[in-house]
Amino acid sequence: MADPKYLNFDTLSLHAGQKPDANYGARAVPIYQSTSFVFQDTDHAAALFNLERAGHIYSRISNPTVAVLEERIAALEGGVGAVATASGQAALHLAVATLMGAGSHIVSSASIYGGSHNMFAHTLPRFGIDATFVDPRDPDAYAAAIQPNTRLLFGETLGNPGLEVLNVEAVAKVAHDTGIPLMIDNTFATPYLFRPFEYGCDIVMHSATKFLGGHGVAVAGILVDSGQFDWEASGKFPTMTEPYDGYHGLDFAEEFGPGAFIMRARAEGLRDFGASMSPQTAFYILQGVETLSVRMQRHVENTRGIVDFLNGHGAVSWVTYPELPDHADHNLAKSLMPDGVGAIFSFGIKGGRGAGAKFIESLEIYSHLANVGDAKSLIIHPASTTHQQMDAESLKAAGVGEDLVRMSVGLEDIRDLIDDLGGALRRSQR
Amino acid sequence: MELKVNDCKVFATTGGKPFDARLPVVVFVHGAAADHTVWKLQTRYFAWHGHSVLAIDMPGHGRSDGPCLPTIGALADWVIAVVDAAGLKTVSLVGHSAGSLVTLDAAARYPDRIDHLALLGCAFPMRVNDVLLDSSKANDGLANHLTNSWGYGRAAQKGRHTIPGLWIMKGGLRLFESADDGVLYNDMNACHIYSGGDTAAQNIACPTLSIMGERDMMTPLKLAQKTASQIKGVCEVVIPGAGHFMQDEAPDATLNALRDFLPIPD
Repeated sequence: MADPKYLNFDTLSLHAGQKPDANYGARAVPIYQSTSFVFQDTDHAAALFNLERAGHIYSRISNPTVAVLEERIAALEGGVGAVATASGQAALHLAVATLMGAGSHIVSSASIYGGSHNMFAHTLPRFGIDATFVDPRDPDAYAAAIQPNTRLLFGETLGNPGLEVLNVEAVAKVAHDTGIPLMIDNTFATPYLFRPFEYGCDIVMHSATKFLGGHGVAVAGILVDSGQFDWEASGKFPTMTEPYDGYHGLDFAEEFGPGAFIMRARAEGLRDFGASMSPQTAFYILQGVETLSVRMQRHVENTRGIVDFLNGHGAVSWVTYPELPDHADHNLAKSLMPDGVGAIFSFGIKGGRGAGAKFIESLEIYSHLANVGDAKSLIIHPASTTHQQMDAESLKAAGVGEDLVRMSVGLEDIRDLIDDLGGALRRSQR
Repeated sequence: MELKVNDCKVFATTGGKPFDARLPVVVFVHGAAADHTVWKLQTRYFAWHGHSVLAIDMPGHGRSDGPCLPTIGALADWVIAVVDAAGLKTVSLVGHSAGSLVTLDAAARYPDRIDHLALLGCAFPMRVNDVLLDSSKANDGLANHLTNSWGYGRAAQKGRHTIPGLWIMKGGLRLFESADDGVLYNDMNACHIYSGGDTAAQNIACPTLSIMGERDMMTPLKLAQKTASQIKGVCEVVIPGAGHFMQDEAPDATLNALRDFLPIPD
């Protein structure tokens, strides 16, 4: 039986998007720390500006080092292309700005990163884009919230911080039944554990700051296009299907077919909004991506060990991790992510706010900070940090209790992590 | 733009400029289960450099009405009907893969209508292996993957697309997946049963260019060279490292070869 000859995930993690440097044979991806790139002649310059030929002009729009990262993540997610951005929030904004304008509407999961919630609930309305928040566990709620002007359905693979598992296939069907794309923030899972495009998702974003980079050294984002959404058939996206005066009347769907969205995001979004990634940052993220699969395996292995330790511990009132049988989405999680449901989980500490503070301050290996997805283990109390701008009702809707502690498990020796936790838990209860 | 042939819509992209029949016209013809977008890095250049461009979608492909036509000969006749519908006396033809057989056949049988002929990934006979034919007939998705993974050269499978950020292997697959059921089989079978290649090659009277991929697994270099050798005065260009989808894998080299071959009007 003949089989397609594709390169596999681990090989793509190391090689996709790169050819060894033609001039000096550098094996690592060179950092092209250059704002701009020399034209061959005036004809070449004109052709580049008019999209007659492709290539790099100015690093706000594209850069050779950044392009390696873009191709590599597109390859790992199974998309037709990607645009790297200055942060995950920049990736989210770029997607919204590429898809819609004033008068549009978004239906979003209520259980998302606080920054994304803030953008949808408080900032985008100032630009005429409104949002409705729904229970991510209820695809019917997504359907019920769709309005004639809805242009995007949005959710996170694993909700933040409640770890609700999005039924991507069901929500994608809701979206497609009304000619709307589904976009997913896949930051917590990474393409190693879950690839949303295989379940009908149309656009993926990452905060590459997290597991993709994996070492907490660079803020970065990336937007990936599945190439599966039929913009022409939908008829709701003039930015994709009508001539754009900003490029001599270019019709992106006609010209680029499956790559229409990501081409528009770059050609307009990076050119005009300019939230691009620096080549130095792309280099940092690429170092992380090269080891993504082995790191994620260890992240998951350590997480399972710690969840096992905490689950049933006398100082812990509850543990939320989708691999636990009592988690509401356990079966869905095992089905979608058989290799592991990530390295982030939450738990409640007995003794309320005071015990929580004592616990966190007693830890010696875990770092108390506002990030996840580092090689080092991290811990935070969301109600007082990442979600502190949400009112009580929104906090409840997002599943954030005052006793909730969120942990991002790193790559340290599991014995040391458990020792540290055990000591801090004892001290928290004194 | 849209044309009509036999009351069916024919879609053609014009490279970002309005079609102007007074200019020399280049007609681009795509390959199996593809559409006009495969020429995205060639058409705009010609449209903005003194030519008019028609990158057409074959019947039942892309945005053109169906049904698909089952033979290379019927498609060649249809291409000339498109030229008629556009009100043109003569054009230059550029064809890729199945489209190269179509343009070869059209140029041989309608020599007074063709100024220049450019063949990309053209080899005769263009036999299709049984697995590919059977899986495309079954519409089981395997044929899309086989065509995609065999079509792109090994170098392309690591990426580094000329367009920053595009992942070439999924872009190709999505194009095949967007075709309706039966389209890939129709096109593969049309290539498989076409028997007129030698005669057509020997009857070509216009200046002809053959662009070949050094690592082409679908129309191997040696067979492509053998086909080209039958065309009088043919100009041959081999793109190093490229597979079968050279206009996507090596867009600048492909464009440069076409640019050097097709006269740029004053």
